[in-house]
Amino acid sequence: MNQPSRFPVSRRTFLAGSTALAAGTLGGPAIVRAQPAPVKVGLIHPVTGFVAYNGQQSRLGATMAIDDLNKAGGIKSMGGAKLEPLLGDSQSKVEVGVSEVEKMHEQGVAAYIGCFQSPVGIAASQAAAKYNTPFLIDVGASDLLVTRGLKNVFRLKPGFGVCVDQGIAALDSLNKAAGSPAKSAVIVHESGEFGTGTSKLLSGKLPSIGINVKEVISHDNPTRNFDNIALRIRSVAPDLVMMSNYQNEYVLLARTLFQQKVNLAGFYSFLGGGFNYKFVKEMPDVSQYMMDTNHWFNPKSEKAQALKKRIEATKALFTYELYLSYSVVMLLADALEHAGSADNEKLLAALSASTFKAELMPYGPTKFVNGQNQGGRAMTLQSLKGDIEVIAPAEFASAKAVFPRPKFT
Amino acid sequence: MRRQDVLLALALAAAIVLPLVAPGYLVEVSMLVFFLAFIGQSWNISGGFAGQTSFGHAVFFGTGAYTSTILQITFGWNAWLAWPAGAIAGAIVGWIIAVLSFRAGLRGSYFALITLAFAEAFRILANSVSFTHAGLGMLIKADPRPANFQFRDPIWFYYLALALCIVSLLIAWQLTRDRFGARLVAVRENEDAARALGIDVFAEKVKALTLSGAIAAAGGTFYAQKYLYIDPNIAFGVDKSIEMLLVTMVGGAGTIFGPLLGALALTGINEATRALASVVPALKNVQPLSLIVYGVMLILIVGRLPDGLARLFHRVQRHA
Amino acid sequence: MLDPGILFAGVLNGLMAGGIYVLVAVGLTLIYGVLHIINFAHGSLLMLAMYAVFFLWRLSGLDPYAALPIVIGAAFAFGYLLYRLVIGRLSHGRDENILLITLGISIVIDNVALLLFGGNTQTVETPYASSFVQLGDAFLPLPKIISFVASLFICAVLGLFLARSDTGKAIRAVARERQGARLVGIDVDNIFALSYGIGIACLGAAACLLMPTYYVTPSSGHAFVLVAFTIVVLGGMGSFAGAAVGGLIIGVVESLGGLVLGEQLGQIGISAIFILILLLKPSGLFGARQ
Repeated sequence: MNQPSRFPVSRRTFLAGSTALAAGTLGGPAIVRAQPAPVKVGLIHPVTGFVAYNGQQSRLGATMAIDDLNKAGGIKSMGGAKLEPLLGDSQSKVEVGVSEVEKMHEQGVAAYIGCFQSPVGIAASQAAAKYNTPFLIDVGASDLLVTRGLKNVFRLKPGFGVCVDQGIAALDSLNKAAGSPAKSAVIVHESGEFGTGTSKLLSGKLPSIGINVKEVISHDNPTRNFDNIALRIRSVAPDLVMMSNYQNEYVLLARTLFQQKVNLAGFYSFLGGGFNYKFVKEMPDVSQYMMDTNHWFNPKSEKAQALKKRIEATKALFTYELYLSYSVVMLLADALEHAGSADNEKLLAALSASTFKAELMPYGPTKFVNGQNQGGRAMTLQSLKGDIEVIAPAEFASAKAVFPRPKFT
Repeated sequence: MRRQDVLLALALAAAIVLPLVAPGYLVEVSMLVFFLAFIGQSWNISGGFAGQTSFGHAVFFGTGAYTSTILQITFGWNAWLAWPAGAIAGAIVGWIIAVLSFRAGLRGSYFALITLAFAEAFRILANSVSFTHAGLGMLIKADPRPANFQFRDPIWFYYLALALCIVSLLIAWQLTRDRFGARLVAVRENEDAARALGIDVFAEKVKALTLSGAIAAAGGTFYAQKYLYIDPNIAFGVDKSIEMLLVTMVGGAGTIFGPLLGALALTGINEATRALASVVPALKNVQPLSLIVYGVMLILIVGRLPDGLARLFHRVQRHA
Repeated sequence: MLDPGILFAGVLNGLMAGGIYVLVAVGLTLIYGVLHIINFAHGSLLMLAMYAVFFLWRLSGLDPYAALPIVIGAAFAFGYLLYRLVIGRLSHGRDENILLITLGISIVIDNVALLLFGGNTQTVETPYASSFVQLGDAFLPLPKIISFVASLFICAVLGLFLARSDTGKAIRAVARERQGARLVGIDVDNIFALSYGIGIACLGAAACLLMPTYYVTPSSGHAFVLVAFTIVVLGGMGSFAGAAVGGLIIGVVESLGGLVLGEQLGQIGISAIFILILLLKPSGLFGARQ
């Protein structure tokens, strides 16, 4: 379990340990002979509030992974110790996320997974750093998560810098292959840290592939209607519209531009929040030919396809939050196997040195530098005929890209 | 009165001893209670004592948070100096909003709504201008040394929050005893009568809001130093405004202990209900149940105790 | 961006958007005018109505416009009962308390919706959603034109009802002078409940008109409420005509602000108007002198 912390808190922690709170614990360790103590994993996600759906998907992915792992025998090097999830709701608030960190620390958590929203992730991982407990980021776009020099933070997924670079490279190939029909773009982004950060990077890099950014439009969350943005886009007449926003605004803008029959060479989004199976199935006409560079599972992975089938059989949606948190649990399990214990130092060492194979994801070999996995990769996708195909990188491509998109008649 | 004093002394002693014996989580939650009580008291001064309900108190909170953070990050100020600077900024904003609003004769719901509009305007501005880093938010570099107003051990934030809470209680207590407080209450009860008595109603309301702004801003800096990250939604979002209003009104607006009681009750209910839903099997997502219970409890408390929780302790002073 | 064609289109877009705002604001202003409360549950109730439209469509294929009478009726009933059974009972007639109670109600409603319907976004697909009318640079989607016309029509009907019918007169009497109304034998509590019900019925109408072009999630109602507050204040709290005119003005200001200042900063236009009106003419465009 955790080492007693080195601050003058050890007495409290000792007392706290002996008066452990029952609340929030999902069943106590089974008092069965020879059953090793379970390894507690704290899951902190916004399962209520504005982004409840995303938080719930993250929680679902993590708990499924824990379940599957336990069914497969738990952590072998720890005598088959099972993982036990502690469920935390951050309520989208920084102070509640930190509160959950403290609560779960009392309950002897070995590692945390969270938090979807970067502000919560930043504060929660900072709080966990006091105890030297590993904090694994499943979803969180801000680079501030991994540039603070904290030894306990690990992010398996790539930061948006990598996503933007990959997306731009893919766009460049696409553009050149089609004879460079795209020379100008308008960027539409949400005004928070993910949209602003992505848009800044894009504005800096697009000119290098011959695309002139004519305008950058920042919008609030939520935005009530996109008619004016559509108006501006129409008047600027760019070849590409590039979006970085959350699900609802993404879908609303796509729909608005489709309804107004705006002719574009392409929609090319980065971490498009609305680009998922629900969107393409429910709005095949609107989504047709739209492209997105995003976190995506490896379509050639049998495990991923099997998981996808399982999820869809329960009428749930196979979204990135789900398979990212699933993968993060597997990462943790792999590290526990190598460490042979849930002790902080050993686990941190195992994570830092991890070469975990992220089977669900199209990643390169795992290598953490300052907590960021260098092997993380995004994929470029396109919606075709009510389904989502991978169009780049080539080794994972499942279809040929259609670019430029046909004009409206 | 004597028994009340003994009880207060005991409560204070318990609060001082708590972090030495309680688990870290309880210390964290208690810190939040004292913090909420502190910023709630700021609302109480203008909304409870002076009777000017505000829906946008986050405007002061956020002003304090951003002022001290910008001074630290962009101008290299020491955090302890940035703190009073933030409070002064909050006071200035309070003064400006008060002068504008009360000069225009705004009262009641109109005043409440204009504070909301100011908070929203500040939020949008913070989201759009570069010196607040717009939507990216501002991160204070983690360097947990007391000289930086950052503490490695959360126990210090607890004691600081406790101290702030006590200070705010003393301020409120002072308001129940001195003429300024009496004038505020007169303004609250009947503005025209107060004017007839020779009270400069405008000046008193401005003073109340200025003081209130300073306190809320001080709370903003505390929050920024504790969590080391702020963005326009955290700083100026309607959630904070509602929290400040809620804890005071539930606890008893215009009473000394109202904000503290409200903070205790609401934080307690939130923690308990959140934990409740977490105990249920993972795959069925019943977490929203915790907030449903919270909302119902809120409705019941307000319904059953229209004057707030402080009424239960009828020996608590309420300046008549 | 200051091309006259664009600005003209922006004005039209703003009017269309304003049409929906009007309906949301009208309910709020009625509730404020009669009950003197700021209904914090307004956004949550709008969301519920939007889910009602969604489920009617999903389960029976009923077109959102065809659902208008059903949803309006159901919303009225829900609002009436909510007032009668919860708000009226628990508020002890204190304005501040009603505020907190409506806040509590909104928390409960939001989370019941989250629990029952899940957090994912739901939309309604209608065959006419892609149709539009082109006027110069403006592309006006058919559903938005319909909602504009319908909402003004509903406002007119409601306005007439308030002006001419007996119930309407009773409502206006209570709004103006509660005690006096009670003294002449008007059942004030019933009027309160009726007014609240009508306010929520307006949300029902707004929901039907919004769904063809918008979406619903458990938090989607709140986006319209701050704007609604601004409109209510702009138009004069309790003034019907004020809410209608104010809604259109705000729609246009938001639109032009967005075009000129950028979408993000443009939103400040709404807050700025709000503040200016309150400072310069708090009674609003049509409100009674304070």
